[in-house]
Amino acid sequence: MRQLRWPYWLGVLLVAATLLLLPFALSAIGTAWVRITNLAILFVFLALGLNIVVGMAGLLDLGYVAFYAVGAYTWALLASPHFDVHWPAWAILPLGAALACVAGVLLGAPTLRLRGDYLAIVTLGFGEIVRIFLNNLSAPFNITNGPKGITRIDGLSLAGIQFNASETFLGIPFTAPIKYYYVLLILLLVILIINLRLADSRIGRAWVAIREDEIAAKACGIDTRNVKLLAFAMGASFGGIAGGMFAAIQGFVSPESFVLNESIMILAMVVLGGMGNVWGVIAGAMLLSFVPELLRYTVEPIQRALFGRMLIEPEVLRMLIFGAALVLTMRFRPAGLWPEKRHKQEMSVAS
Amino acid sequence: MNSVLLEARKLTKRFGGVIALKSVSLTIHRGEIYGLIGPNGAGKTTFFNVITGLYACDEGEVWLAGERLDLSRPHRVAAAGIARTFQNVRLFANMTALENVMVGRHAKGRAGVISAILRTRGERGEEAAMRAKAMELLRYVGIERRAYDLAGHLSYGDQRRLEIARALALEPKLLALDEPAAGMNATETEALRQLIEGLNRDGLTVLLIEHDMRFVMGLCHRIAVLDYGEKIAEGAPAEISRDARVIEAYLGQGAACP
Amino acid sequence: MDILLQQLINGLTTGSVYAIVALGYTMVYGVIQLINFAHGEIVMIGAMVAVSVILALTDTALPPAFILLTGVLAAMPVCMIIGLALERLAYRPLRKAPRLAPLITAIGMSIILQHVALMIWGRDPRAFPQLIENASLAVGGAAISTVQIAIIATSCVMMAGLSWFVYRTRFGIAMRATAENLAIAELMGIDTNRVIAATFAVGAALGAVAGVMVGAYYGVAHYTMGFILGLKAFSAAVLGGIGNLPGAMLGGLVLGLVEALGTGYIGELTDLCHWPFVAEALAERCHADGHVVLLGSNYQDVFAFLVLVLVLIFRPSGLLGERVAERA
Repeated sequence: MRQLRWPYWLGVLLVAATLLLLPFALSAIGTAWVRITNLAILFVFLALGLNIVVGMAGLLDLGYVAFYAVGAYTWALLASPHFDVHWPAWAILPLGAALACVAGVLLGAPTLRLRGDYLAIVTLGFGEIVRIFLNNLSAPFNITNGPKGITRIDGLSLAGIQFNASETFLGIPFTAPIKYYYVLLILLLVILIINLRLADSRIGRAWVAIREDEIAAKACGIDTRNVKLLAFAMGASFGGIAGGMFAAIQGFVSPESFVLNESIMILAMVVLGGMGNVWGVIAGAMLLSFVPELLRYTVEPIQRALFGRMLIEPEVLRMLIFGAALVLTMRFRPAGLWPEKRHKQEMSVAS
Repeated sequence: MNSVLLEARKLTKRFGGVIALKSVSLTIHRGEIYGLIGPNGAGKTTFFNVITGLYACDEGEVWLAGERLDLSRPHRVAAAGIARTFQNVRLFANMTALENVMVGRHAKGRAGVISAILRTRGERGEEAAMRAKAMELLRYVGIERRAYDLAGHLSYGDQRRLEIARALALEPKLLALDEPAAGMNATETEALRQLIEGLNRDGLTVLLIEHDMRFVMGLCHRIAVLDYGEKIAEGAPAEISRDARVIEAYLGQGAACP
Repeated sequence: MDILLQQLINGLTTGSVYAIVALGYTMVYGVIQLINFAHGEIVMIGAMVAVSVILALTDTALPPAFILLTGVLAAMPVCMIIGLALERLAYRPLRKAPRLAPLITAIGMSIILQHVALMIWGRDPRAFPQLIENASLAVGGAAISTVQIAIIATSCVMMAGLSWFVYRTRFGIAMRATAENLAIAELMGIDTNRVIAATFAVGAALGAVAGVMVGAYYGVAHYTMGFILGLKAFSAAVLGGIGNLPGAMLGGLVLGLVEALGTGYIGELTDLCHWPFVAEALAERCHADGHVVLLGSNYQDVFAFLVLVLVLIFRPSGLLGERVAERA
């Protein structure tokens, strides 16, 4: 194996140090920014999950937010006063991922033999259906509490640490968002490693092969139906995990959070970053999470200064950016800002 | 003695009202190079698509090495031992040449999602073996120095070689080549002939569709001729070139446009 | 009141709107095999433009029918221009790109159109003024309103007009030739770019009228109304056989009827108090409330989707579509 030189390790060290110190730097600007960063990391989870489905396997899934919802409601129902059950995180998070995975298989099994554009519309409809059920499953038996959503959801608590409470450790104040930040960072690292390993594995290659040419993939002995189903299941379970963490961090979920626009946002992150490229997708998710937030803080004052009133609400501007990201990327850089490069395997064969 | 490798029994395929294959039966023996020729639209590629499971056939069955193939699942046909190439090369353009061949070896591997995530010892061993085998195949077809280039960036001749290497990765019992020499110049065609002969010498049975008559006549041990979906002749190249019906099928067509 | 007849009338009304919108999807799909995802938004913009014009004119002394017509005539060119712009700027450059690229673009355009509409018309629904006097006629044991009659009649006229256009005019022939085989049509001297652009324009014009009909029927127009309407109309197009004009009309009507009947009866069918065993377990609640309805009429939007999935799984070519051979 090739010896890695010191500049590489220095780089790793610098990145690690930056990531560790980031929340303190951010909270110096404003606590809101730590929260924004946490949500951005959740979007990275979602984008990486969707990347397996859309980016690697080439299956356009427009209802991805449904799996996010499954994860979030699993947590919300099993750790809140709503049913007065309070399961521990180590049980709910995997359960949420598993349920999302099942939902993915249930959606995928009948629809995966459809041609690409039909699949897109069916998944889109599926996302809507899940939202309609969340909205209406309050009668005759109150399961989801309807549009009002579920409140006072338990936060994460692991190994005796309550992540919803602030505390001071070694004289340093750790607020709830900062504590969650570190949990998310660790989860991100795990999910990142999983994605990188999958991308460079027998199954990952089969996904890309299906995206590139499904018929040739069949002729190569790939059971395309099962391998696609696997992509759906994997992608969905990432969505489930992100959903669970979302419920824990926000303390509140309602159907409002799981609308089509969210699916489109996640899709825009994958498309803009570079379908199939794990690093590109992360960059895309970060970019499209932070830019609208930055605009939120600048657009309003600028508009008031220039026109004396608000012409474009930040929320509208945000969606316009996502729409434009999809259209312009497809037109001018269809492979995304950071295209997938099937990298050279550095390991020599002879070794 | 069982020298029969592939036996197609009365294959019939209809597209709407058109009968693309009319009860075609043929037998391929182990170790031979078997040619399938015929004018345009005679049903050669349809025959390929049916025996590899890409088209559902309406009637008939296919036996490979004494076992009946499940033609409804193309990947099972591949795993059972028929590897193919396509008339218009179908590679995974955005994957490297090496990865293309590794995909071809998919059916020989077992590693799933969990072992890939955990990078188990078994998975790493399988990956290394797969990579080594793929590299060996690239060397065999003579494009190892392009191993890390994207398949879409290779020259046409190299793409055809890569497609053969990918098919070989399955370690097939039968290698089915759909017009492998199409679009090649004389030098490339000659190199291809040597490659196919080499594979055959190493014991591989080859089924070949070809337009180029000289190429087929010099290479194949036996030839079947399709015309309008029917097998009109079968035999050694010398017999075929004397067969009245074959001459009519070809010359009749040629006479129409002097 | 005769519920069955009433639901049939309601279903026929919504069904004819779905049919008109579905024609927009199916025509575009026919010529360039693209799901013009933004078509639903064009319908929405049609409704919005019409409602703005109509509101501006309501205080004048003009006759209501004239005001309504002006609204429609204002909406049509706006929608046609948007349809043409979509085609020219977003889809045409991607005609040779991989299949998913134009679809992703279409989704992006739909989001953009929706939010531009939000900027112009705001978040609140616009009330659609009642221009046609809303009298009801008794038909058997049910009632049909003048608005419903107007919608069904207008739809019939438009479908007849479109059929004449597609099957009897030179341009219609060019359009069908392009749908059959774009490359060959081009070789025959047909300017396929013009045909494709015209297809978008005609689809958008139909969509504009459909938008006005929806607005008039439900009495409101809102910037989000295009999405679910578009999804339903697309389902109708698939149900009829996408790319097939009579199919879209039939699919729209069938979908409207399925939805109306489903919505009308689902409450009764899923009333747990009528189910054996379950009713006993819920005896107390049944006694107190009379009904324990599992799935009520608020699941209305689910039917279209169910139809879509069932059609795609069991008969992907739709009711009137031809079976297309798989490519290999």
